[in-house]
Amino acid sequence: MNGFPILSVMLLVPAAAAVLCLFVSANGARWTALAATLVNLALGVLLWANFEVGGAQWQFVEAPALGDFGVFRYALGIDGFALMLIMLSVFLMPICIGASWKSVTNRVPEYMALFLSVEVLMIGTFAAQDLLLFYVFFEAGLIPMYLIIGIWGGANRIYASYKFFLYTLLGSLLMLIAMIYMIQTAGTSDIPTLMAYDFPAHVQTWLWLAFFASFAVKMPMWPVHTWLPDAHVQAPTAGSVILAGVLLKLGGYGFLRFSIPMFPEASGQLTWLILTLSAVAVVYTSLVALVQSDMKKLIAYSSVAHMAIVTIGLFAFNQQGIEGAMIVMLSHGLVSGALFLCVGIIYDRLHTREIARYGGLAINMPRYAVFFLLFTMASIGLPGTSGFVGEFLSLAGTYRVSTWAALICTTGIILGAAYSLYLYRRIALGDLVHDDVKAMPDVSGRELALLAPIAAVVLWMGVYPESFLAPMRGDVALLVARIERAAPVSDSRPTPGNPAAAAAKAAEHGTGAAAAHGESH
Amino acid sequence: MSYAEQLSMTLPELVLAVGAIVLMLVSAWGKQAATRGVSIAAVFVLAGAAVALVGNGSSGGTAFDGMYRADAFAAFAKVLIYLASAVAIIIAPRFFERTSGDDLKPEYPVLILLSACGMGMMVSASDLLLLYVGLELQSLAAYVLASFMRRDTRSAEAGLKYFVLGALASGILLYGISLVYGFAGTTLFNDIAIAYAGPRNMGLLFGLVFVFAGLAFKLAAVPFHMWTPDVYEGAPTPVTAFFASAPKVAAMAMALRVAVEAMGPAVLEWRQIVIFAALASIVLGAVGAIGQRNIKRLLAYSSINNVGFALVGLAAGSAQGVAGVLFYLAVYIVMTLGSFLIVLQMRGEDGQPVEDVASLSGLSRSRPALALALAIFMFSLAGIPPLLGFWAKYAVFEAAVQAGLLPLAVIGIAASTIGAYYYLRVVKTMYFDEPAAPFGREPALVEGGLTLAAAIVISPVSLFLIAPLSAWSLTAARALF
Repeated sequence: MNGFPILSVMLLVPAAAAVLCLFVSANGARWTALAATLVNLALGVLLWANFEVGGAQWQFVEAPALGDFGVFRYALGIDGFALMLIMLSVFLMPICIGASWKSVTNRVPEYMALFLSVEVLMIGTFAAQDLLLFYVFFEAGLIPMYLIIGIWGGANRIYASYKFFLYTLLGSLLMLIAMIYMIQTAGTSDIPTLMAYDFPAHVQTWLWLAFFASFAVKMPMWPVHTWLPDAHVQAPTAGSVILAGVLLKLGGYGFLRFSIPMFPEASGQLTWLILTLSAVAVVYTSLVALVQSDMKKLIAYSSVAHMAIVTIGLFAFNQQGIEGAMIVMLSHGLVSGALFLCVGIIYDRLHTREIARYGGLAINMPRYAVFFLLFTMASIGLPGTSGFVGEFLSLAGTYRVSTWAALICTTGIILGAAYSLYLYRRIALGDLVHDDVKAMPDVSGRELALLAPIAAVVLWMGVYPESFLAPMRGDVALLVARIERAAPVSDSRPTPGNPAAAAAKAAEHGTGAAAAHGESH
Repeated sequence: MSYAEQLSMTLPELVLAVGAIVLMLVSAWGKQAATRGVSIAAVFVLAGAAVALVGNGSSGGTAFDGMYRADAFAAFAKVLIYLASAVAIIIAPRFFERTSGDDLKPEYPVLILLSACGMGMMVSASDLLLLYVGLELQSLAAYVLASFMRRDTRSAEAGLKYFVLGALASGILLYGISLVYGFAGTTLFNDIAIAYAGPRNMGLLFGLVFVFAGLAFKLAAVPFHMWTPDVYEGAPTPVTAFFASAPKVAAMAMALRVAVEAMGPAVLEWRQIVIFAALASIVLGAVGAIGQRNIKRLLAYSSINNVGFALVGLAAGSAQGVAGVLFYLAVYIVMTLGSFLIVLQMRGEDGQPVEDVASLSGLSRSRPALALALAIFMFSLAGIPPLLGFWAKYAVFEAAVQAGLLPLAVIGIAASTIGAYYYLRVVKTMYFDEPAAPFGREPALVEGGLTLAAAIVISPVSLFLIAPLSAWSLTAARALF
């Protein structure tokens, strides 16, 4: 990009627009926010187009001399992981603005300004190349989300906003102490340098646990996930979209960027912890989702289950697992965002999230039902949608580390199909019994414009995932090379009497991990 | 060293003392009518004292046979003290005019000047007796200031309470000083350090404990904090703003100098006391604030909480730690003065001050700029990046980690989550709640302007301040080692 500071510009555009929003009318703020987020989307496309696949690990690096703040440095740069997550953020942002176009009528300028500052902080988090700069962006995101949930949320918004803020703050503060320790030990806060720095193994364990405290809450992992259902249910639709779509990815990104490459030995030793918590999460939260009567809560619990698939993939210590985890993150960002939009669309019409109040929507809202079905299927992981690619890769990778975890998590996917289909059945199928539901109009042009792009990308990722995998492949290879020495011992070691080829083939096939599991022993 | 040269090192205190005496005479003859002039002159005297720091005043070294130090450390603290004192003078006239029906008396700025002079001696003293004299000069002026609204019973109560407990604290400190003197044979910091470097001795240890107890009292660190909420609530708001800023800086700087210069060799002994006081202040300050309905009491608990964080830096006992404390104090006085400036602007339709946290309800809709400023201060006090308060906390915790005090750092920072709760409550009241009766809208140019300045200093716009401020605080801290 011959010296054009595109990442800084991507931070500056929404930041400037956020300030501008405060000084214009409600409508002016809407258009300003939409324009700024679309400009950022265009810049994001430019970023992707200029990203050199297979090129240097860190691209678009910026470290201006002016950016030295003594304690920390303003330094940006992205690799394939960051690129994909930035793309996800800039893609979802205009959709969020569009989703709030009519449903938010109260204090619009502040609302738009806060959303734009969320965008700044998210892009900054993914692009930061300095440990403290990362922390600043990571943590500052609490302020706008706290205000968004607290001002525009539902009836129990104040409780949810406190819980969200304090829960995540406590985790992050422990991480801060670990960061201070790392900066002093390694003598630098430069993330690429730290990614290659080897801390002593016993120190790694403590540092890993401190980072885990933060990322496990952000992720969120069972049993510290309880803030998520509250925050999701109470947040306005666009707030839920951004929470599920991007903010939950910060945890996964943190594991990928910090925990795994910086503390490989500790990661290897504590893989059992991650696998256990994830396995519990998949089954438990799927069962909890099955009995929810509130649509948003159901999707929130399904998010926890999907994030558990991400963590098992990340801690599989192999190419498939990590690639799969990234694809699940991207796919979940799109699909759960879209599902929240779907909930928002009918919520705007009937003002209730009670599942039992709906039914038979396929009759009077056919277009809506089609979209809803597509996203439900993507959430289940039907082949042809983005969900399948990610979950398959992630589970195949995990299988090579722990057949048990793969077995249990696959069961979770079956449960996932159960609660998703059950939700769809209760919302869209059956007879139209309620008069007010009967009167609901089908999706409007604006709502169509929000859902159609997501649907297109979901199918694109499902049919040709190579576009998304290619920029990350080199980074995954580097990461695997770095952590290989600490990879946990697999429990599915083939014995001489049980040829390696058969086991490998079974893992490749995924014809039910359960069957393969039986063979390997 | 010539006598003139020694005097030139104490020039800031001389300027303040002479200024205070002259202005006292002016107010004695000029009566009420002189208030405005005396106030303006007092601010100029403070500015003059700050100018007098240039040269010998900040780098002269030791004067009067080792009793007085004019070093970069003292200069750093004095700049903060003069700044906070000037703000306390500037914001007073309107408060008294609108509140008590009893206009500001010209003695107010004079007392602040005397107090500032005493604080200057506190931070420069390198002798226990000079330290005590400075402390008493500061305290006596402060007792009068606390009860400055003569017709208000709460103010009188605050003054009396402050006086009785302050006298008790002085007694404890003096008792400690006498023990140290008895067992070390000197009151000079340098020689006391030699005594502490020698063999351990019970008398010196008791002296240390009592001196630190006395200092903790002045700092309002737990378990010697009980007077703070009552005094802060009862004193006139400009005086409360003053108490929460300048004397805190002075007492903390004094504690740093005593700990490092006089008792440096006994760091393992006093570190235990400091660690306990730090953690207890952080936790108790935070828990105590949760139930407060009065904003001044809430800010009083917040100041206890903040002293705890500053003490984390002292516990480190290194130059890094002292620099962290100084950095913390610099940011803290801006945040706390900013918050009190907003309390000053909380007035009902009738112009009378309102102190309920609940009266802030819906402020974001009636007075968006004011609400934004208070939100910035609250998030900053809670230590949320990128606001400057986060970098202050970072500085002290960095020093603690560097000194190997990991458990202290972990517990301290985890406890700051409790503190975040009540700061968030203020933000919640302003932004989430339905509007209460709006505040009276009278132009408040002075308070508004100062609030704006403080908010800009705390906001992310001022991130570039971090580098020079940490460099300056480190230079100042090195002067002690």
